[in-house]
Amino acid sequence: MAQDRTPAPYARDFGDPRRAFRAGARLAVGVPAAVLAASYVGFGALVQQVDLAFWHALFSIATAWALPGQVALVELYADGASLLAVTAAVALTNARLLPMAITLIALLRTPGTPQWRYYLAAHWIAVTGWALAMRDCPAMPPAQRLPYFMGICLVIWSVSMMGAAIGFALAGNVPAYVTLGLVFLNPVYFMLVVAGDVRGVSRVLAAILGAIGGPLLYLASPDWSLLITGLVGGTLAYLIGRVRAAGP
Amino acid sequence: MSAASPWWPLVLLIAGAAATYVWRALGVALSGRIVPQGRLFEWIACVAYALLSGLVARMILLPSGPLAAVPLAARVGAAALALTVFFLARRNMPLGVVAGVAVFMVLSWAHGAGLL
Repeated sequence: MAQDRTPAPYARDFGDPRRAFRAGARLAVGVPAAVLAASYVGFGALVQQVDLAFWHALFSIATAWALPGQVALVELYADGASLLAVTAAVALTNARLLPMAITLIALLRTPGTPQWRYYLAAHWIAVTGWALAMRDCPAMPPAQRLPYFMGICLVIWSVSMMGAAIGFALAGNVPAYVTLGLVFLNPVYFMLVVAGDVRGVSRVLAAILGAIGGPLLYLASPDWSLLITGLVGGTLAYLIGRVRAAGP
Repeated sequence: MSAASPWWPLVLLIAGAAATYVWRALGVALSGRIVPQGRLFEWIACVAYALLSGLVARMILLPSGPLAAVPLAARVGAAALALTVFFLARRNMPLGVVAGVAVFMVLSWAHGAGLL
């Protein structure tokens, strides 16, 4: 941290990185933590229902914390998809992390910070922590931004594991209809994420084409349907959106 | 390694972790050099939306796991209700999710009890 910092022109100055970390953690305890825990209850239940072990769920959260890709992986595993099909589908599902990482890390950079810290912090870039940090960090001194982001993420990351533990423990030990409801949490949650998030002709079209193509192509090829749906539906939607934008 | 091996899930999880972290690392490498706007990133967003939306529709319409035991009408009905509540409540995510899951539990229970 720069000791010779000039009096703060920043609207949100927590004083030092340690306090910024705690402020981020405090922000995360509440609605963000509740949303993450609840969504990972569904993931835990799904993992239990496809006969995977609890440590598989934990390993997945520890190493690849981004729920859409995690759910896609478990679903494809349950369908007996090949390694290549699973890897490609997860990569495409998570490609949206690239623009998110580019924008967030640019905001978190401070001169003199070793590069590896950014590569480490990037491991926790996912939609909730990203959105909160993108909203709050511009008003903060640069040296406090990375700790603030990590404060948010470490809370919602731990809570994700707890949520998965609860979902895993409940599934199979509660009446069947409750377990089914917990598994149903996954598609309903993502359906509302997509429905609430899509803006612009091409993205709306992408969501619609995906919803049509996903089930139809699945009938033809359970392995590759997800990948083809994303590539073909997404590209088609993108092209139509461009033609319309350039149109008469 | 074949799909029958007990280590198969771990192999998939490690591949999945690599396929996830690669974007994050690439993002660090590119940050400050390019601004993520323009055609390439719009295309990435479209592909991600189509894929996620395809996964959701497939999980609701053609589930391969335990959800397959519940009638199609119950799955579609609960999903439609979740969407309706979500938009009526001004995009209230928790409310939409709770409504959809609660109705789905009731319908699953009714089906299990032979009422549906």
